[in-house]
Amino acid sequence: MNDSSLDVDVHHVTRVEGHGNIYVNINKGIIEKCEWSISEAPRFFEAMVVGRSWSELHHITSRICGICSIGHSLASLKATEGALGISISEQDLKLRKLALHAENMQSHVLHLGFLVLPDLMGVGSVVPLATTNLPDVKTVLQLHRTANEMSNLICGRTTHPQRLIPGGFSKIPSMKELAVLRKKLQDAIPNLQAVAGLFKSLAGRFPNFRRETEFIALTDPNEYALYDGNIASSDTGTAPAKEYLVFTNEYVVPRSTAKWAKHVRESYMVGALARLNINYKRLPPKARRTAEMFNLSPMCYNPFMNNVAQLVEVVHNVEDSIRLINELEAAGLQTQSDYNKPEVKAKAGSGIGAVEAPRGILFHDYTYNAKGICTKANCVIPTNQNHGNIELDMKALLPQILDKPQKDIELTLEMLVRAYDPCISCSTHAIKVNFT
Amino acid sequence: MKPKVAFFDFAGCEGDQLQVANLEEDFLALLGQVEIVSFREVMKEHSDNYDIAFIEGSCTRLQDEDRLKQIRKNAKIVVAIGSCAAIGGINSLRNYKDLDAVKKIVYGESAKLFDTYAARPIDAVIPVDAYVYGCPIDREDFLHVVKSLLLGKKPETPTYPVCVECKKNENVCAFERGQFCVGPVTRAGCNSCCVNEGTICWGCRGLVDNPNENSHKEVLIKYGLTVDDAIGKFRLYFGWQEAKR
Repeated sequence: MNDSSLDVDVHHVTRVEGHGNIYVNINKGIIEKCEWSISEAPRFFEAMVVGRSWSELHHITSRICGICSIGHSLASLKATEGALGISISEQDLKLRKLALHAENMQSHVLHLGFLVLPDLMGVGSVVPLATTNLPDVKTVLQLHRTANEMSNLICGRTTHPQRLIPGGFSKIPSMKELAVLRKKLQDAIPNLQAVAGLFKSLAGRFPNFRRETEFIALTDPNEYALYDGNIASSDTGTAPAKEYLVFTNEYVVPRSTAKWAKHVRESYMVGALARLNINYKRLPPKARRTAEMFNLSPMCYNPFMNNVAQLVEVVHNVEDSIRLINELEAAGLQTQSDYNKPEVKAKAGSGIGAVEAPRGILFHDYTYNAKGICTKANCVIPTNQNHGNIELDMKALLPQILDKPQKDIELTLEMLVRAYDPCISCSTHAIKVNFT
Repeated sequence: MKPKVAFFDFAGCEGDQLQVANLEEDFLALLGQVEIVSFREVMKEHSDNYDIAFIEGSCTRLQDEDRLKQIRKNAKIVVAIGSCAAIGGINSLRNYKDLDAVKKIVYGESAKLFDTYAARPIDAVIPVDAYVYGCPIDREDFLHVVKSLLLGKKPETPTYPVCVECKKNENVCAFERGQFCVGPVTRAGCNSCCVNEGTICWGCRGLVDNPNENSHKEVLIKYGLTVDDAIGKFRLYFGWQEAKR
């Protein structure tokens, strides 16, 4: 449809979390407008937490996002613990890594099974698949349930965790419960292989698109970094997490209630593909084999492959969780009170917490006064860091698909947005910005 | 004919709709009983022809009121799901601040581009027929409400405080552990899920009908706490309800 005119206005892209819009305007084959914008109602979390106690911040900021509430809680706890000089035990560290694995697995499986699979199968949602492909849907549900049961066991809940508190855990699972979880995770492996096979058979439907960009993720010399590490850029190398502002540089785009971010290029990408590109060497064997199945290896510049990177990460989540439970068992699980509340002395200070949430690197940065009351907060959300990259991908992809029918153009652009798994509630939590 | 249902969201985290997706096999069973015609978080299809509308999130700006009124017009039954929609929830924390200042802190010079007003529950804008409380909602509670509505009954909601369930669960009282808890004035129905996990009740289900404030004051005095302590905790979720009282 090269010589004709076309308006694509996908108001509220579906099967993403939150409200985002795609605007495309083509006049006689010339692209006049190609925009990604966010219309979600802003929520002002950074202003809301000012005046609240250190003991509540993780509870409040967890509510930034229902899908990645564990990631927000952990980033929040790390920031508070950094500010107040609190350290956690080796055992609690392992349990927190399990919490993050659970969320990552839950979020990725939901995205792949409920939000991406319908595109690959040519339907509008998972609902018709429940009739046409019931066994596949059941396999996805089984994996999703295992991830949720894991969140429940480690965090006391699947959404908005309870057990994660400053200094450790209010309550921890028993070794017996962890052993039951380990069995479920082992049983999940064949299901995962089945899902990998299904995606492999459909992978040809992901557009063969490539645009070079910068990737940013946490990195750690000893493991595939999720809970901790330095910031790594595929362009500029590594830096400690406390230097995050050098990387994120958020700015306001008038048409969007969410902030955007850029580092050394016009945009950068965070999330599963960024992590995989940066930390590929530290993937454990089963996850590595899954990546090989799809010929996915660094540097991959196809944003649609973020879906496959998520699948690889789910294998890693399962594999590494089994390893962590084995280690907890070998060390002998130390029991604690079921109402544990570590002693915390309030003091003035600042702290930064960086974790890899399912959609990418997440920063919480708090300042407390001597009474432990928050005086300043900044949260930099993965999806905000991706907005610029999404739009530049759209602008690069659109000319390549102009000859397709409007319906296909629309779907391909939507699939691109969905590949980023954007979390728009998160991204409109609103961020303090400096104007110069 | 299966009743048609639709899901909508306003200012919130979409954690409540996630609980619906988290029903897993029960989600498939739900599909056997109702026809979901709109659920933007998980489906592309959309129709304005629905019987029951489930609404998540608070209303935080004037421009969203029209959308709410349209939903009210289309639906026979409107259900508010989650704290933000049912009671205003954690969003109302910002109602205690000067909103113009909040906007400026957040968006600087661009603040005028983004309008907002005090966060409020859905029933502050349109009449609501039923509520599923909690942050997030409890899946069983959601199913209970759906089943009641399908049977043409008004869903029952506990009118007693969380303490009743907490005592039944034989938890050690948070006050006895030296912590502050709003369980004594918070609507039950969660099976005291947070205290069961070793923490406190934060009040996410909102004030119980006719909260016994005098007895709560006695509890505060007994444990050496002040009204200021209480107000701080109440503001976490009760902001809109308190302002109305």
